[in-house]
Amino acid sequence: MTEVRAEGRGTFAPRPGAAPLTRQVLAQASMEARLMVRNGEQLLLAVVIPVLVLVGGVAGAHRIGIHFHERAVDALTPGVLALAVMSTAFTSLAIATGFERRYGVIKRLGASPLPRSGLLMGKIGGLLVVELMQVVVISGVGLVLGWRPHTSVVAIAGAFLALLVGTFAFASLGLFLAGALRAEATLAAANLVYLLLMAGGAVVLPADAYGGAGHALGWLPSGALGEAMRTALTHGNLAVGDLLVLAAWGALGTVLTAKTFTWE
Amino acid sequence: MPTIPAVEVSGLVMRYGDKVAVDGLDLAVAEHTITAVLGPNGAGKTTTLETCEGYRRPQQGAVRVLGLDPTADQRALLPRIGVMLQGSGAWSGVRAMEMLRHIARLHAHPLDVDLLADRLGLHDCGRTPYRRLSGGQQQRLGLATAVVGRPEVVFVDEPTAGMDPLARRTTWELLEELRADGVTVVLTTHYMDEAERLADQIHIIDQGRMIASGTPADLTRGGTATIRLVVTKPFPPGAPASLQEALGPQVSVTPISDVSLLIAGPADSTTLATVAGWCELQGVLPESLNLGQRNLEDVFLELTGKDLPRD
Repeated sequence: MTEVRAEGRGTFAPRPGAAPLTRQVLAQASMEARLMVRNGEQLLLAVVIPVLVLVGGVAGAHRIGIHFHERAVDALTPGVLALAVMSTAFTSLAIATGFERRYGVIKRLGASPLPRSGLLMGKIGGLLVVELMQVVVISGVGLVLGWRPHTSVVAIAGAFLALLVGTFAFASLGLFLAGALRAEATLAAANLVYLLLMAGGAVVLPADAYGGAGHALGWLPSGALGEAMRTALTHGNLAVGDLLVLAAWGALGTVLTAKTFTWE
Repeated sequence: MPTIPAVEVSGLVMRYGDKVAVDGLDLAVAEHTITAVLGPNGAGKTTTLETCEGYRRPQQGAVRVLGLDPTADQRALLPRIGVMLQGSGAWSGVRAMEMLRHIARLHAHPLDVDLLADRLGLHDCGRTPYRRLSGGQQQRLGLATAVVGRPEVVFVDEPTAGMDPLARRTTWELLEELRADGVTVVLTTHYMDEAERLADQIHIIDQGRMIASGTPADLTRGGTATIRLVVTKPFPPGAPASLQEALGPQVSVTPISDVSLLIAGPADSTTLATVAGWCELQGVLPESLNLGQRNLEDVFLELTGKDLPRD
């Protein structure tokens, strides 16, 4: 390699400076999204399991004795969208962040021009990109299966709000988990919580499918997110109460994370 | 010499619980120089560096980098410094060039990443995920990410640990070019040859204290002659003292291990004869008797009583 020296200044002549924050956040968000999509286990969690739940649910709900007020595909697709948000914002984020702490990634970025707030925004941006892809795939599969969602402005806005507030709630809880536990423990706990909530958290199935316990499940972030999605896309309404429950979980998660999270 | 030091550490004290990692350290780094902080593992090198990088707040004393407080003025300082950490610092699934491009994008005027990758031989492994890179490749990537933002000061922690000789030479050349282009380089190392070859200024620290500092020539004082004596079985008790007595005060005797010691002073025939006679008297058989110039390793040994780990 030949050295390029202009006006006596060498290749490495200092010219420091941070990129504009928006560019840094976009770079971080695209990196986070790429890494998430590249990871086989996380892709399984993000797309394969929700699609299997949807297809299996639509095909087999009747046979296992679950009855909905609506057609199965209309009842299940919003819940599966909620499940997808939960898997990305909670489980994938917690696992990825746990390992970032372990491998010193967050420490390394801490010496870069990217501020902590930019890192957080980048993470949220990455989650939203992945969630958008999940929404496209799951909605597509739902439509093929005959899903007929409400498409009024209120319905779409309601679903969008549910996705955003749900992401806030689950991401704050996921970060809390990743900050409090070691990487392997985070991996185990995040998957366990995901499985428990998928089965018993009123996310895919409506709360009333759980009988007497249904009412209490509505207070869980999973139940609230599932209900908010169903209220929007199945009934065309805005589930203000459920969105408030999610916001409260988000606030709790944020406080816990702020109190306990260490970057290393 | 410029008037404002690029890095100034004064009276730094850092403790982890009961353990004192840095114990009243003073250190100044002139601009556009390479400064080596040399010491054994656990000497407090990394702690000192991480305090300069803003990771840790000084418990006592003060640290200034480019005139800024690394914790209070972190946002202003970070774009101006480059950091190479010990150990990983990258996602396990990220490809080498992807990582370098990512760090470059966080800066306003980054170096051409392809040019930098050429220089450090990273193109061969550009698409390899980080977890599959060799230790030396990870080190080179770490160095590339430290300099890609065109910083004024670069902190490199053990830059050549785990590198093969060719990669070490490439790294040294890069660090020298950085200095020539006006970058200030602060590196920690426990390799004597690295410090001797690269550094304008060497600070030797041990147990959190500065025990010597100066240019390589200052520290080796123009190259006093040395003799390294290695014997076939352990010396009898009190051997160094009795040899010291036999040789007289002009010569210093430093034990290295129970079978070796270092003799610094005039290595003339009288000294050699005295050493040989002493061996016979003690009933020990010399395995090797190496004559050499006093180098940094000998200085370090005399100062700390410790031999540094070798490759």
